[in-house]
This record gives sequence, C-alpha cells and structure tokens, in this order.
Amino acid sequence: MTDASPDRSRAPRVSPRVSTDGFSLAKLLLEGRAFFALIAIIIVFSLLSPYYFSVGNFLTMASHVAIFGILAVGMLLVILNGGIDLSVGSTLGFSGVIAGFLMQGVQLTSFGVILYPPVWVVAVLVCVLGALVGLVNGVLIAWLKVPAFVATLGMLYVVRGAALLMTNGLTYNDLGGKPELGNTGFEWLGFNRLLDIPIGVLVMAVIAIIGSIILNRTAFGRWLYASGGNERAAELSGVPVKQVQVSVYMLSGICAAVAGLILSSELTSAGPTAGTSYELTAIAAVVIGGAALTGGRGNIRGTLVGAFVIGFLSDGLVIIGVSAYWQTVFTGAVIVLAVLLNAIQYRRRVKLPSPAGGSPTSPQKDKATTADPALERTAG
Amino acid sequence: MNAAPEFEPAPGDTVLAARHIVKTYGGTHALKGVNFDIRRGKVTTLFGENGAGKSTLMKILSGVTTPTSGSIELDGQSVTFASASDARDRGISIIHQELSLAPNLSVRDNIFMGREIRGATGVDFAEEARQTRLLMAELEEDIDPLTLVQDLRLGQQQIVEIARALSVDSRILIMDEPTSALSATEVEVLFRVIRDLTARGVSIVYISHHLEEALQITDYAVVLRDGAITATANARHINLEWIVRNMVGENFDLGSPPTGYAFGEIALSVEDVSVADASSSERSVVDGLSLDVHNGEIVCIYGLMGAGRTELLECIAGRLHPSGGRILLGGNDISRLGIAERIARGLVLVPEDRQRDGLVQTMSVGANLSLASIGSFVRGMFLSRSQERSLVEASIRDVHVKTAGGSAPIGSLSGGNQQKVVIGKMLTTNPKVMLLDEPSRGIDIGAKAEVFRLLSERAARGLAVIFSTSEVAECLSIAHRIIVMHRGRISAEFGADATKEEIMAASGEAVVSDHEEHRSHKRDRR
Repeated sequence: MTDASPDRSRAPRVSPRVSTDGFSLAKLLLEGRAFFALIAIIIVFSLLSPYYFSVGNFLTMASHVAIFGILAVGMLLVILNGGIDLSVGSTLGFSGVIAGFLMQGVQLTSFGVILYPPVWVVAVLVCVLGALVGLVNGVLIAWLKVPAFVATLGMLYVVRGAALLMTNGLTYNDLGGKPELGNTGFEWLGFNRLLDIPIGVLVMAVIAIIGSIILNRTAFGRWLYASGGNERAAELSGVPVKQVQVSVYMLSGICAAVAGLILSSELTSAGPTAGTSYELTAIAAVVIGGAALTGGRGNIRGTLVGAFVIGFLSDGLVIIGVSAYWQTVFTGAVIVLAVLLNAIQYRRRVKLPSPAGGSPTSPQKDKATTADPALERTAG
Repeated sequence: MNAAPEFEPAPGDTVLAARHIVKTYGGTHALKGVNFDIRRGKVTTLFGENGAGKSTLMKILSGVTTPTSGSIELDGQSVTFASASDARDRGISIIHQELSLAPNLSVRDNIFMGREIRGATGVDFAEEARQTRLLMAELEEDIDPLTLVQDLRLGQQQIVEIARALSVDSRILIMDEPTSALSATEVEVLFRVIRDLTARGVSIVYISHHLEEALQITDYAVVLRDGAITATANARHINLEWIVRNMVGENFDLGSPPTGYAFGEIALSVEDVSVADASSSERSVVDGLSLDVHNGEIVCIYGLMGAGRTELLECIAGRLHPSGGRILLGGNDISRLGIAERIARGLVLVPEDRQRDGLVQTMSVGANLSLASIGSFVRGMFLSRSQERSLVEASIRDVHVKTAGGSAPIGSLSGGNQQKVVIGKMLTTNPKVMLLDEPSRGIDIGAKAEVFRLLSERAARGLAVIFSTSEVAECLSIAHRIIVMHRGRISAEFGADATKEEIMAASGEAVVSDHEEHRSHKRDRR
C-alpha cells in the first residue's frame, strides 16, 4: 500500500472536524432523530393539553400503537430484505373475519354438527392463515420473480375481496362466545390488562423481543441482513436467499394476523374492511425508524419508536382537537421529513472524507474511504 | 524502459494536451501524473493492460469524470469539462467500451438522443432518419433507422455507437475498444472511416486489446502501465514486441509457484462443460471445456474479456447452470447441487466484482468475514458471539486484513483489504478448492503480492487454487500451470516457465506465428 500516502496525510486534517462537539451533537441528533421526535411530541402535547401527560393516556395510546407496531415489525423484516408488503392491511382484516367466522361456529353439514373451536385454536388457525398469505406472496416474489410491489399489491386486493366474500360485506358482531360452548375469552386480547398494561401492548413487546432476537442472535437474522444488503454476495456466500425471502413474507403475514386478532378483539366485532391502508402506516413507522427501503439497514428499536411517533402524534392531535384532515397532513409531513433525514444520513456516510481532501471523487468509490481517521491510518 | 519520446512534436501539432493528470479512487491511484498529447489529424493509440488506467484517462479527457489534479489544454487554452456534454460541445466525443445505448429505442432515436433535431411540430423525425441513413451508408451497414437497438447483434450495436459519435462532427474522437464485437470486414470499414476522418483533420484516440490491429491504424503509440506513461513512440519505429515489453514491464515480484511437495489427488474435475450465452441460446460462452486440478496445485486461467473465464468459474461454483457436461468434486458429481451445498463440500468462489458480488456493504468487516461460515458458530438456536468473535479475529490475522477491528464498517477498508475480506470469508469455510475470478482487480501491487502469497501458502497445505487474470505478469507468478482461454475453449496450456509473448499469442490478443511451434511443444510436455 505504498501509494496510499496522500490519504494518510489527509487524515489528520479530517480529525479536528470529526471530533468537534458541534459535529457529534449533530450526529447524535441525526441518528437518534426518531427518539428525539417522540420526546418532542410528548413535550409539545403535554404543554398543549392537560390530559395528554398521564399514565392512563399513555397506556391507551400505546394500545392504539400496538396494532401498527406489530404490523411494522413484520414490515421491517420484509423491508430489511429489500422488499415491501402491501398486503398486511388486507390480511389483518381477513384474519379478523376468519376469527369471527370460527367464533360463530363451523357447520359441518355432512356430519350435522356445529363445531365451536376454543379461542386458542381460533388464534392458531388465524396465524396459520396469515402465514399462508405470506407464503403466496413469498413464492410469487422469490420463485416466480414477480416484483414485491406488484405481488403484494395483487394480494392486497385478493385478500380484501376474500374477506368481503366471506361476510357478504357484513360484520361479525358477536365474538364473545358462550360459556356452555367453551369458546369464551376472545375479548381477553383486546380488553384485559396484565399489571395494568393492555394485553395488546404486551403482545407487541413480546413480538418485538422475539423479532430482535431473531435479527441479532440467529443465523436467519444474519442471512436476512446479508441478503437485503447484497443479495448476490449473500447467495455466493451460501445464504439460502430464496428461503429467507419466503420466510420474511410469512412472518409478516403472521404479524398481520396477530394484529387482526387484537383489533377484532378490541372492537368485539370483525368487519371485512378493517385495516384498510394500515400497510402504509406500517411502512411509515419502519421508515421513520431509520430503515432503508433499499434493504439491509434498520432495526426493531427504531421501528417501534417510529410506530410510537405516528401513534402519539395522531392521538395528540385528536386530544387537542385538531381536525382529522389535518392529522393526515401532519402524518404525511412527518414521513417525508423522516425519509429526507434518512437520505441525509446515508449520503453523509459517503461524503464525509471528501471535504477535507477537497478532491472530487466519484461517490461510489468514496465508500472505500472512511470517516474515522483511526481507520484511515490502519487501512492505508 | 524506453521512456524517452523518439520525436519532438511541432508546437501547433497538439490539439489537446493533458498535463500531470492524477486520479485517485479512495486509496488507489488510477493515474499518477500522466502527460498525454492528442495530435491533430492523427491516430494516437493508448496501449496498456486492464487496470493500467486507460479508460480512466479517456473518461477524464471526455469530461465523464474530473481529475483529482492536473490540467487539460485544448488548443493551448486551459479548460475544465463540467460534463460529458460540455466536452462534446467543445468537439470531443467518446465511444465507450461498454455500450451506452438505450436498447428499447430505435437506432435513429439513439443516435440523436439528447440533441434531437427540432422541427416546426416537435422533433423532425424525417430529417433524423435521413441523417441516420447517411451515417449507416458511410459505415456500410444496412440497418434501418427504425430498428430497435435490442434487435441488433452486438457488432451492429457497436456500429450504432460509432455512428452516434460520428454524427456529432467532433474534432477529437475517442474510441475505447471499438472493435471488440466487430467482424473482420466491419473492422476494415471502421479503419477506412478512421482514415477519412483523419484526412479531414479529426484527431482520433484509439484503445484496443488487439495489438496488431491497433498497430495497423495508429500513427503514435503511448503505453500506460499502473497509471503512468511508460513509453511513447511514432508507430513507424515500433513493433509488437516493443508494445508488449512496455505494457508488461519488469514487474514487481509476485512470487513463484510453491514447491517442495507433491500434488495430491484430483480435487476438481470439469468434464466437457458448456455454458450457453444468456443473450443467444445458439452460442456458448464456455464451449465443451475440460480441466482437472489437483490438491495443492495452482492453475491460472488467462484470457481476454469475453473469453468465458467468469462464466466458467461461476458455472463451477453453481451460480450458472451448465448447458452440458459435469463437474466432479473429489470424484463426486456436484453438477446438481446449489451454491450453499458446494460451499459445504469445500468448493468456493471469490467473485470478480467485489462490490457487486463479494461484499455486503451494509454490514461490518466481521459480519462479512463470518457470513459464509455462520453454521460453524450456531449453538442451539443462537449465534455464539464469542465464537464468532474469535473466528473473525483469527480470520483477520490469517489473511492480514488491516482494519480497526471486526466491527469496523466494510467501507472503511481499502480495496486490497476488502479483497482480503472476501478471500478470508471463503477461507473460513475450510475449502478444498478455491476459485478466484480476477483476484487482483482494482488492488494495488503490494496487496496483490500479499494475496498471491496467501494463496501459495494455502496451496502448499493442500488447497487447489484456480484463479483467472487478464494480466500476463500474474500468470507468471504463483501458478504451476497456465491455461489460456479463447472463445470459451482452452486455446493453450503452459507450464510455469512460459513466456509473456506466447501466453498473449494464445489468447488471441496478438497472433505471433513464430511461437506456434513452441506452444504445441509446451502443451505436450505436461
């Protein structure tokens, strides 16, 4: 590496810039932006409304967040893989409908009996259904090479249509079950609390923890990050990229099914149009949480914070009495701002070394240099 | 080194002069202070191996990229080009090595892309078509202006590319490998066009791997090696041997084949393997090729671009499916196995394009190093972080990666160290056979030597190595056996004592008849 000396001489000039306090603060604010945004939202609304800052309100808002949070965890897995899943809102609605259908009893005409499956069986069946929707998505995308956007857009319509067909457009209202049939307890998911925390929030926490463990501590998680970051390199390193791809859509489908169960339990009714456009909120949460839509970058923590930002913002706007139309505008603005900051963060990584050197070099090759002077020395 | 120019140009002779051009990409110096003159109405040919910096220099002269330092004088005036279209407005155009046509558009639309002829009602398509027909007539190519570019064969696409450059009425025309897909007759037509152009005062810069062909057309020869000009001469005074000598030079010592042990069993056996061309099924990019490699043996595959080296290696590794033949690893047929299964059985590939196929840019050095051997540190359901760390640390030591540690971002490494990470990643799987596609591409000479030393150490411990290269000097380093590929077949096979000239001759780069006998003699010997 004899010819790297100009870089070496450049490095000391970079270091004062990098280590100044102003710079680190900016960097901290940029990297923790979703978290700071959440704190800012809480402070602003607490000042604007006396009702906002209370444990009771936070728990209520958290239970609203739970639905989107669970969807967003599934969505994160898909986005880490470089894909997108537009079908989760429809899967959520369909899951509720199927749960409602099963709770009404399944009539087996040939045997002349009506089966009333217990609630846990209903929950399991609904999750299997969600996984099946994901399987269809995954097979279309991984094996049949349909672009993820198109495949899941198609499934958005198909699954919504199936939900409407199941109910003929009507809503299952009675999900309570009957004690004599042994299928009570469906409302537990949506209404009960454990240690004062809504069950939905706990389910979200459990899913987030499982998701975190999968991403950070298992081979599957590593495969997911690798194939999302560079599918060709991952494949040549022996990563089963197709299986990973199918799996993420199945996991996303399961998350949507769980969210559907919680939502219909909260409402004690299951309508075929439930969850319409929820996929977009989930994508927004993932993006606000700092994940790159190109894949390979993002984590559960950021995504959850993103979900909380959206939930706490829109509930706050409701509490201070802003019209629903303005809520939509604010949510949109937050999403655009988040993506803008994402772009700045990822561009910054590339651009850092050049200002000191003052040399116009192509951005692609610039990745090979580094922001950290210590690394620059060792690399040179 | 005959660095001294053998002539003194008249001052008014030079239309464009590049002075002290330096271009760095990250830590690599693509050009190290190059002085380059383009003479009015003459053909100046730039010779050099892959990675010598020819294309970089041409991109700078045509405004595609800007130099890190140095100046360009056009007609004695200092200029800077803001963009390729800026350079084009000043009369400099370039025919790129990689075709830059839009395949979904017609020939006419491609030729006038970005500078459409305006008529009373929008674009004057009739006038564009007329001019296109004139250009095609000049190039003696019967192509209808409305044909879609994707429906043309590669050679015709190259003609369109040339026509586009001609249509601009440039004063300086840069041709980067214009003949690589042309037939012999098309090359003749091109040469006639070049002579017409120079007679009209147009200056041509010509780049080609076909040395003899370039010698026919050129007036001046400039040789570039490792980012520096090593020789310039009037074409009248030089011959093929002069070019090769200056291109290759007395290279840095890249090592010699490891000795002192006997080769083991046949590790890998390629039997009559063919790979179909992705674009046209009737052509094969690898054409019934057979090859055996023993444990401990290092085989080098030399060939020009498009000779089928990459396809052969990717087929062996399992990325491409063979259209015929079979591949045996340690005597077992692996033709039907996937990439992961081949890695598990000890066959790994270090791909040609590090950025595209080798590294996951979003992950750390450590995660990249351990990616191919995750299975070895999974305990129960979870990754063992301590085992991963020790594996990564061992690997960093083993392949001498210069990094701040396993958690450093992969982008913080220099090209050579990134390459060592890709090699280290595959070595941690404990392979029996290692394929490396152009392992020295884009890394500097020191890193190159280190990579080769690493490979010969591993070979001495029984690893079978196949590496491909397009630099002759690298063939004559650590390889026990040199195989030359040409058009999907093995065109020659040499021992470690081959000469540069005979290797280049066998690749189709330059046909030197004197060596024919010699070559067949060598082939029998092993």
